[in-house]
Amino acid sequence: MRFTTKTMLMALAGSTMLAGAAAAELTGDLTIFLDTSNPAPRATMEAMIADFQELHPDLNIETTIIDRDAYKTQIRNFLTADAPDVATWYAANRMTPFVEAGLFEDVSDLWQEPEIAEALASTKGAMTIDDKQWGVAYTYYQWGIYYRKDIYDELGLSEPVNFDEMKSNCAAIIESGRKCYTIGTKFLWTAGGWFDYLNMRTHGFDFHMELAQGKVKWTDDRVRQTFANWRELIDMGAFVENHQNYSWQESLPFIVNGEAAAILKGNFAVAPLREAGLDDSKLDFYQFPEITAGIALAEDAPTDTFHIPANAKNKDNAREFLRYVVSANVQTEINSGENLGQLPVNAKSAVDDDKFLNEGFAMLSENSPGGVAQFFDRDFPAEMANEAMQGLQEFMVFPDNLDDILNRLDKVQERVYN
Amino acid sequence: MTDAPAVPSTALPARGWYKRNEIAVTPWLFLAPAILFFAFYVIWPIYQSIAISFYDWDGLGEARYVGMANYVELMDDSAFEVSLWNNLKWLLLYLLAIPGGLFIALFLNQTVTGIRIYKSLFFFPFVLSQVVVGLVFSWFYLPNEGLLNGVLGLVGLGPVNVLGDPTMATYGIIAAGLWPQTAYCMILYLTGLNAVDPEQIEAGRLDGAKGWRMLWYIIIPQLRPATFIAFVVTIIGALRSFDLISIMTNGGPFGQTRVLSFYMFEKALSEYGFRMGYGAAIAVVLFLIMLVFIAYFLWSMWSEEKGR
Repeated sequence: MRFTTKTMLMALAGSTMLAGAAAAELTGDLTIFLDTSNPAPRATMEAMIADFQELHPDLNIETTIIDRDAYKTQIRNFLTADAPDVATWYAANRMTPFVEAGLFEDVSDLWQEPEIAEALASTKGAMTIDDKQWGVAYTYYQWGIYYRKDIYDELGLSEPVNFDEMKSNCAAIIESGRKCYTIGTKFLWTAGGWFDYLNMRTHGFDFHMELAQGKVKWTDDRVRQTFANWRELIDMGAFVENHQNYSWQESLPFIVNGEAAAILKGNFAVAPLREAGLDDSKLDFYQFPEITAGIALAEDAPTDTFHIPANAKNKDNAREFLRYVVSANVQTEINSGENLGQLPVNAKSAVDDDKFLNEGFAMLSENSPGGVAQFFDRDFPAEMANEAMQGLQEFMVFPDNLDDILNRLDKVQERVYN
Repeated sequence: MTDAPAVPSTALPARGWYKRNEIAVTPWLFLAPAILFFAFYVIWPIYQSIAISFYDWDGLGEARYVGMANYVELMDDSAFEVSLWNNLKWLLLYLLAIPGGLFIALFLNQTVTGIRIYKSLFFFPFVLSQVVVGLVFSWFYLPNEGLLNGVLGLVGLGPVNVLGDPTMATYGIIAAGLWPQTAYCMILYLTGLNAVDPEQIEAGRLDGAKGWRMLWYIIIPQLRPATFIAFVVTIIGALRSFDLISIMTNGGPFGQTRVLSFYMFEKALSEYGFRMGYGAAIAVVLFLIMLVFIAYFLWSMWSEEKGR
């Protein structure tokens, strides 16, 4: 197979040379490390790189795909030891350690180029540390509540727009013998999503960011107010029991079997839910409802990114690859419903005609005046996020431990932000 | 008159340095690869861990010397305390594998048709990867669908969520670990039982020993080498417990099933771990605990050699 691809490429190279159209062709090497190990993203990336190869037949591209979770620890080694030319990662605070250690290349020059500066303006903030840009985003996705439309219809419920409706809906769902929300907190971060939304809806985006930056104490009364709202839901019995045992994937059967009516999750949950048999007549989406009236709605929209390691050997080729990845057409293609099924970062790209992508795109571009957060474990410093998410999980199981948890988090906060 | 010597007398050719020192040097030559690897992969990392534990280092940037600060922080770290207690639970409860293995071995040490199959079946869990053991047990413990709750339900006991309950989860994981460990001890004892001297049993029988007394005074003393090895591997297994925890609970719920090795990994090497110095300090504490046992093992092996 390899042989045939190679011959094909050589034939292709020959034809382009004959046509004389090889204007800005790259030569040399390009090594790419990817964390897109799930089947659909993997195929998408491989196809995209194959297209790039076709444009530059003389370029020797080497792609390595690493398991998404293993990647998170391996990146620390390969950035220092044997750096690739391009590597995937995450935006915002998750880049900080590598930026501070001088392991990511400053790519502010790319962001000066008119196409990128204009078309990618929406993700510029998430890529900026110290007024410099350290990479480019290639995809992002909305978070929100995915719910069983058929159950809502059966109970005569409509999409809630405020906290009271959210609670009254939930009471009706519990009345019918179901749980309102499924969640699996074994790997902690899912609880971070709930806290993000409850805190941003109770006190707004700016307050949430102040907490992320360590300017507000965890024992602050306003944070307690957020937990009090959360506790109302917990005390109602809104969440599935024993959620501390499940990963998020293991929590999906509850909504598929109709034992729970909804899940707060990123758009990546749609693919497995559809696969499990929930078609668009059964599965629907709504924005997390307002809690404190008058607070501007803000959303979580985690952004995945490409970076050039500072120790890369072929930085010019890498820059060309980044330009290619964020170009309007490629963005349209890789984020389409049958590929990543997420949102393109390029403003000139088209959003695929998919119910959830359309709703998500509309929500993020029109109905998120408060701002766009990355996600709990990307906005908070890593160590703070880890300790805090454990606390959130504990709170969801034993709400009475709140004082103890918050005091503990204050102590961690004091150490982490110094 | 003296005759010329039968052989032409030339001074013996000067023997090479190696030839002269052969007896003293050869053992060291044979030992050299092992010593080299041991020094490079064991001694040197121990030294490095101890050195790193005095620094505040994220593994990427500049390391900052902080003296004993990491250890001072450990004293006040509730997660560290939990891990330490869990390690102790592991150490004590894991030893149950030794009597467990002994009794299964005694039970299987007979000649009936198909005993080999029974022996293999009992040995089977030890062949399984720890990851598989962890998965099987976490399904066994599942709060709603799990077999355990099915059985408890039959006898009218309420459902328990073993791995989701911070007070029970560690015991649940230890029980899972005991399954393969008991099989291991059983195999050690089965080989040991082959070496038991039938004449001594015969003599004991003539003196009227049977049952427990026979076991305690005749059999077990002869199994001493097997017991020693079983003790060593079980203690080491308990202190190394990592994979089961990682698979079954990932340290949770809220960190209540961590042991020192897992906590060290989490602090230094996991997704959110950026504290090499703190992780190294935990590793040093774990090393000191192991040192107690290692010293004991070495001492008892040494005194055994001397006793001969």
